[in-house]
Amino acid sequence: MRARVLIRPKAGILDPQGAAVERALPALGFAGVANVHVGRLVELDVEDSSQLQSMCERLLANPLVEDYEVQLLS
Amino acid sequence: MRFGVLQFPGSCDEVDALQAARRVGDAELIWHAERDLGGADAIVVPGGFSYGDYLRAGAIARFSPAMESVIEFARDGGLVLGICNGFQVLCEARLLPGALLPNTNLRFIFRQVDLDVVAPDTPFTRALGGLTRLSIPAKHSWGRYYADDSTLDELERRGQVVLRYTSGHNFNGSLRDIAGVSNEAGNVFGLMPHPEHAVDALTGGSTDGLTIFQSMRLAVEEGVHV
Repeated sequence: MRARVLIRPKAGILDPQGAAVERALPALGFAGVANVHVGRLVELDVEDSSQLQSMCERLLANPLVEDYEVQLLS
Repeated sequence: MRFGVLQFPGSCDEVDALQAARRVGDAELIWHAERDLGGADAIVVPGGFSYGDYLRAGAIARFSPAMESVIEFARDGGLVLGICNGFQVLCEARLLPGALLPNTNLRFIFRQVDLDVVAPDTPFTRALGGLTRLSIPAKHSWGRYYADDSTLDELERRGQVVLRYTSGHNFNGSLRDIAGVSNEAGNVFGLMPHPEHAVDALTGGSTDGLTIFQSMRLAVEEGVHV
């Protein structure tokens, strides 16, 4: 099964990458941009999708500082 | 007194850590694939970019065979010092509270920093001989210490905040100026600045870093290791 894991900085934790992108977009003429956050994307094939949550908790994300969302693609 | 210094693919400060440790005792490198810690009395997890810092700094190194042994060693009361990437590895291994995040300014910074000694009586600071401020190099892009507010309050209440950046020296945005923390038992300590680079006045700006290694030796001799 193909899966996609989206990993984001937790709400309330300073996200300097998101802030830098948020400042850069208006400099390029894109107005009206707010609340930009930059995270990571992990795509993987797994035989047993029930293991995905454990994979996220133990390795793919750091639950202290990141939220994750698992999407099953097929 | 014997130090074991871990070496991962991508470590770069293990030789300086080895040389610093050898100024106060015996020291040997331990390759990441080894489970045997070679009878070490204390472990140093050094700086660098273990496993290329892929995914998150320290995330993959934490699962190496050597680190599995270090986790057991720490749970048995053994002294473990994590420096820079080693601090990140110890946080990922949950041997230390909190996490390290990218510097607020997103830049790699290399500079000498002043550190206030908050806890002078730990196994890692007891040989400071009255020093209340350390001058040590720091060099990283991923050193902003983070823990949630209730954890930070607990750390302060229990005396686990060992070192803070002196006012004006917190270049990475660490919460509450925290530069180094210990675990609740006090036998595991991590810091972002590099004491192993400050053991010779010619190259380190001071010899203050040596006091950390001397403290560990003293702690082992006094029987902290169980």
